[in-house]
Amino acid sequence: MEEVNKGCEDCAFYNAAELKKLGISVENADYVIALAGNPNTGKSTVFNALTGLRQHTGNWAGKTVTRAEGGFKYNDKRYKLIDLPGTYSLLSTSEDEEVARNTILFGRPDVTVVVADASRLERNLNLVLQVLEITDKAVLCLNLMDEAKRHGIEIDDRTLAKDLGIPVVVTSARSNEGIPELIQTISQVASGEIVCKPHRIKSLPKKVEQAVQSLSKKINGLYPELPNTRWIAMRLLDGDQQILSAIKSGDFISSGNGQ
Amino acid sequence: MDNKSGQIDELISQASELRWKIGSDYHDKLTEGIYADAASITQRAEIRKDNSASYNFDRMLDKVLTSRTFGFPIMGLILSIILWLTIQGANYPSSMLDSLLLGTVYPFLKDLSSQLGIVWWIDGLLLDGIYMAVAWVIAVMLPPMAIFFPLFTLLEDFGYLPRVAFNLDGLFKKSGAHGKQALTMSMGWGCNAAGVVATRIIDSPRERLIAIITNNFSLCNGRWPTQILIATIFIGALVPAGWSGLVSTTAVIGIAFLGIFFTFFTSWFLSRTMLKGEVSTFTLELPPYRPPRFWKTIYTSLIDRTIIVLWRAIVFAAPAGAVIWLISNIDISGHSIAYYSINFLDEFGFLIGLNGVILLAYVVAIPANEIVIPTVLMLTVAHFGISNFGAGDGVMFDLDSETQTAEILQTGGWTLLTGINLMLFSLLHNPCSTTIFTIYKETKSWKWTSVATILPIIMGIVVCFLVAQLYRILM
Repeated sequence: MEEVNKGCEDCAFYNAAELKKLGISVENADYVIALAGNPNTGKSTVFNALTGLRQHTGNWAGKTVTRAEGGFKYNDKRYKLIDLPGTYSLLSTSEDEEVARNTILFGRPDVTVVVADASRLERNLNLVLQVLEITDKAVLCLNLMDEAKRHGIEIDDRTLAKDLGIPVVVTSARSNEGIPELIQTISQVASGEIVCKPHRIKSLPKKVEQAVQSLSKKINGLYPELPNTRWIAMRLLDGDQQILSAIKSGDFISSGNGQ
Repeated sequence: MDNKSGQIDELISQASELRWKIGSDYHDKLTEGIYADAASITQRAEIRKDNSASYNFDRMLDKVLTSRTFGFPIMGLILSIILWLTIQGANYPSSMLDSLLLGTVYPFLKDLSSQLGIVWWIDGLLLDGIYMAVAWVIAVMLPPMAIFFPLFTLLEDFGYLPRVAFNLDGLFKKSGAHGKQALTMSMGWGCNAAGVVATRIIDSPRERLIAIITNNFSLCNGRWPTQILIATIFIGALVPAGWSGLVSTTAVIGIAFLGIFFTFFTSWFLSRTMLKGEVSTFTLELPPYRPPRFWKTIYTSLIDRTIIVLWRAIVFAAPAGAVIWLISNIDISGHSIAYYSINFLDEFGFLIGLNGVILLAYVVAIPANEIVIPTVLMLTVAHFGISNFGAGDGVMFDLDSETQTAEILQTGGWTLLTGINLMLFSLLHNPCSTTIFTIYKETKSWKWTSVATILPIIMGIVVCFLVAQLYRILM
């Protein structure tokens, strides 16, 4: 009997019973989780599945333009979830992309979950790779698997997880498939049980790579506790004014929450 | 500290030095690098089987829905079907609610209060004012909303809205606005305040302002039922019963399309006067068609939209009911306040094909568009002393037969022109208070908030004036 129970405790479904949706009560959170992703990949659906809220979902790109917040409780820990506007990249300066970028960069969430459309993997990975330059603690939620199957697309999630260096969870959030596994993975990354070794962009021309490295070293000397000096170096090379003033004021350290 | 700021300066100067060295195509190189990595990872992880069948179905559907020839007619057709279902379907539950709330509960409450010996003015204020207004709003607004919103949400979940945006993109470009405005405009059909917030997806401040100012021309939640109601009572009642559904649907669609026309016209006007500039380009993603999850959509659209909008209407209707009762019952030297206000506004009302009652109703209902019509009818009854409906001054009444309606309207001096202009004015007037507040929050500018508030009223008055003159010349 004991043996059986032990088996149960490791199982995501057993643990999902410990899930308590907290709706909009997000005070005293132990962990802050950011939800990023391309437009129309079902971020809001994932958000609703986790928090029990009914943030309006719609089938068109750019529905969520503000940050929505909600919470859930799992294994006695409280999680605050921030639903970011959907963006294709974090490199431009439109308002929605800045909200997403600033939350991940300055808000420094404990885990960033990137929701990706499984049937459009390549395009979605562009954002994933950018997020992985900013943060070490990330989970890829490969959503809309039902739709991908309908289009005859299969994804080898183990290879993908290995290449990206972060856990990959396969979901169909519309029908709640994979949500228990997602919650468990989030908690494991948040608590440090799973340590990510995120992929860093490799295919840069030599000259660029060298410039990034030398700047990155300098930034590391100034702010040794920053996890994303490489990305900040890339932004400095692009002449990003906001990053420039953040460097001057040391905003990375005070970690305001993005807005 | 000095040492640190020195290091920072050094870092920044090194960065700008390196920028020069790498050259201006750095951004492209970085993007290319990211794409190359994404491609190689995808190649290892993705297995694509033959997918021509489902892919082709989506493409075929897109070809039809966004075709140059069929795109617009299909849009009109879909909107017509939804409105027709709403108008036809709402009749029965509306009259049921009506006989329940006004035919059964109201007399019961009146009896109760007279048995308890409640003072006449408290009884009047609470029952004839507040209760009547709230009951009226529920009876006339709940059924059309409970049918319209789920249908609209199903369409949204299926993925049709971006196709609408695609169809309208060319027109927006021609009028000097951003193509994404088509999306914020469609959002406005749900709620103008939501539409205004949604304009954040537009990067250029100039085009965003245009989208904010013109969003009011999208008929919103509050005004769809109003339009449907006016069309049914004032336009539909003019033709034989069998035709009334069709005729009123056509009238509402006409107004909705007129709203789209005004969106383009105003965008064109603004981009040539106050907000000159270039049109920016963008990519519009057409999402895959997704079979909506029927019951969940029905449930969430009832909870998210119907109940919220209805609650808002009730919150505004209750004080408005009290105000109407008070202005109809407080007399100054023999006449009620309503009497003086209506007479004061009547002349100007006549000039623009409306009347003093309608204008006073708009003043009373400024916080919320959705209670204008109940207010108009209540004031009409009160002002013209129609005694065989309702229970007296300032009492909202129940309209269960078309002859009764017609009788009231004739007594109140209503004509076809009044009905048409009321619909036009309901499309073209200031946004509701929530939207005005949202516009201020988004623009942080009193100037643009005032423009967005006043411009539609001016347009409404001008259009109504022109229509009235034309009607009087022709008829």
